[in-house]
Amino acid sequence: MDLSSINPILLLASLMVAATPLLLAAVGELVVEKAGVLNLGVEGMMITGAICGFAIAVNTGNPLLGVLAAAAGGAVLSLLFALLTQVALANQVASGLGLTLFGLGLSSLIGQGYQGIRPPSFPRLNIPGLSDMPVLGRILFSHDLMVYLGLIIVTAVWFMLKYTRAGLILRAVGENHEAAHALGYKVVRIRIMAILFGGACAGMGGAYISLIRVPQWTEGMTAGIGWIALALVVFASWKPWRVLLGAYLFGGVTVIQLNLQAAGVAIPVEYLAMSPYLITILVLVIMSADKSSAPASLGRVFHASR
Amino acid sequence: MTAPVLSIHGLTKAYPGVVANSDVSFDVRQGEVHALLGENGAGKSTLVKMIYGLVKPDHGSMTFQGTPYAPAEPRAARAAGVAMVFQHFSLFDALNVAENVALGMEDPPRLADLAGRIREVSETYGLPLDPFRTVGDLSAGERQRVEIIRCLLQDPRLLIMDEPTSVLTPQEVEILFQTLRKLTAEGVAILYISHKLEEIRALCDTATILRLGKKVATCTPADTTARQLAEMMVGTVLHTPERSGRALGDVALELSELSVRSPSAFGCSLKGVSLAVRQGEVLGLGGVAGNGQDELLGALSGELRSAPDMVRMHGTPVGALGPMERRRIGLLCAPEERLGHAAAPDMSLTENAMLTGSLREGLERRGFLDWTKAKGFAEAIIARFDVRTPGPGNAARSLSGGNLQKFVIGREVMQRPEVLVVNQPTWGVDASAAAAIRQALLDLAAGGTAVVVISQDLDELMEISDRFGALNEGRLSRIRPTSELNIEEIGLMMGGAHDMEVAHV
Repeated sequence: MDLSSINPILLLASLMVAATPLLLAAVGELVVEKAGVLNLGVEGMMITGAICGFAIAVNTGNPLLGVLAAAAGGAVLSLLFALLTQVALANQVASGLGLTLFGLGLSSLIGQGYQGIRPPSFPRLNIPGLSDMPVLGRILFSHDLMVYLGLIIVTAVWFMLKYTRAGLILRAVGENHEAAHALGYKVVRIRIMAILFGGACAGMGGAYISLIRVPQWTEGMTAGIGWIALALVVFASWKPWRVLLGAYLFGGVTVIQLNLQAAGVAIPVEYLAMSPYLITILVLVIMSADKSSAPASLGRVFHASR
Repeated sequence: MTAPVLSIHGLTKAYPGVVANSDVSFDVRQGEVHALLGENGAGKSTLVKMIYGLVKPDHGSMTFQGTPYAPAEPRAARAAGVAMVFQHFSLFDALNVAENVALGMEDPPRLADLAGRIREVSETYGLPLDPFRTVGDLSAGERQRVEIIRCLLQDPRLLIMDEPTSVLTPQEVEILFQTLRKLTAEGVAILYISHKLEEIRALCDTATILRLGKKVATCTPADTTARQLAEMMVGTVLHTPERSGRALGDVALELSELSVRSPSAFGCSLKGVSLAVRQGEVLGLGGVAGNGQDELLGALSGELRSAPDMVRMHGTPVGALGPMERRRIGLLCAPEERLGHAAAPDMSLTENAMLTGSLREGLERRGFLDWTKAKGFAEAIIARFDVRTPGPGNAARSLSGGNLQKFVIGREVMQRPEVLVVNQPTWGVDASAAAAIRQALLDLAAGGTAVVVISQDLDELMEISDRFGALNEGRLSRIRPTSELNIEEIGLMMGGAHDMEVAHV
């Protein structure tokens, strides 16, 4: 066992990288659930985003275009969910599970022929002055653009939900769709927009895995991050800052356990591999003991005639 | 006479299978309280929804303050100066008062400024309210204040109120009326929907009466008796429930020193309640809500268990039996809360009929359900109690409150109970349906059933019960024959002064 091989600076830096896919997917799902929709298809949207982003990045040679394509891919797939649940009034749980299965299948179909290829590398941000700082520069200021985009989205979602009228209306729709309708708000339209936003975020989260974190294409490479994102939203009590905390905690434990494995610690690998899931859920369960609760209309079908 | 704020000409709206409004015309004048009256399903709600822009009329036109008015959505209605307080409050429990108010406004100011204006308006109209409290924690009366203040902040010229007093205590009703009078003095017109005819006679200047979607009359409520109003709504002479003189049988239900702890933290435990009801007798139990009514019903239905001897049916101890065993021996109950207690909201009427009727109507055989028979039972209830619904396959939730009430009372009455206990049998039910329910209870008693009616409607209790008692803080007053009571004595009984009045007599 050689713990000295673990570099704490690199560890903290890679924590932010490891957390970003989860963060993106979870904050998107948070907005969807705040609007009163339960979309269990996060995993399917992530993996679809992963392959759409990968394919476009490889074909155009531009990773940024790839990220845009991933967002579009996730959003298009979520549009299917939106049509099923908001227009055809299908059950949200069943539609969401179906979306995950569909997304996994669709992504392997698109992904044929992309295995074993390296995508164009993502530009790493180099901020003059900041990136050259000792320690902090390496940890905080020399990541790729997507890490910062994730943080910006979380901040924007928090600000929008808390301080803007649009956020208030979104929360109102999720809280009591009948009352929101009676006041003249377009429940279905608002929900479809939220679902599209969630799909785009999940897609970008998936692309982050295939373009930056891994970077290559393998079938089923999101490996359950979408499900963790769903759990994270619930245990974070639908609060953006707690989603951020949970994602970083998850990323942090993931990175640490990988380092511990590499250092040859005498704990069975299986226990190390399950530790991020256990620790994240444990901490968030303890934190979610306060009174905040789910949006009251979450998962309920809305039909304007009643 | 002042100018009309809103004129309605020939409004018509049809839904598949039913004409909700047919050629309705009337004027609402500035500064008046205009009542809109009608039975359940007469088309009042559809009419106000058209005025508020939630529903588009098929024909007809409206004029608002002299200009043509056809709101495409509630937003347009609010912009024109029409505001509405909904029957089922359109509030968001998890948000605070100020956020709720902001959601109902077109162009709300910043939250801090809005909070100031809420305080200002709430003081002006005598409706105290803290803008930063979470709405879910407020009482029914306070929640209604939120709705009213939300409307008032938009300086409406016309305020629509859909059954505003059905959830309020008498004191809260008084405060509401003062607020409304203050508003009309400022020239605001109010369109007021209610079932409570005495309230309308006290408050409203004009009344428009709808029957089956058509306007049948406009009158001045103060010059009309409640009975005349009710007859105009129904279209026939109102049938006063009649009781036939009957000989009372043996004691059917007996409570001796019944004490039960309330399961709810806000409930009221029963303390030593004793009473006896004979076959063919109607016992009325009054009292202000929350003085043990729900607990008494629970203790009788079997939802709350007690010592076996505390409740006896024909002398047999049943206090420890559950609801099904009590049904088997003929003790049936109809609780107050229609949706969720008396009926499962999302289940069909057939399924709801099965839920309480399976045992006594023989709807199940060796654990298997006989749906054909259950459907027949549901149809029989619908036919006999004039429940207005397309059929027994419809969900309980889809029925209006009054219609569902007829169904849940009818369901128990049709099961030939030995003892029937009902809580608030005619709550939210229009006059003719209420009369029908009361008649059914009296007919049941005439057939030898012992009936216990728990109600907050004193007129109802005076009309149908043979003897009367009042619940106060979980204790029951002395039970006295209704014929020898006057309102003042009843008031004393409800206030808990049981023994004093004995001294007077």
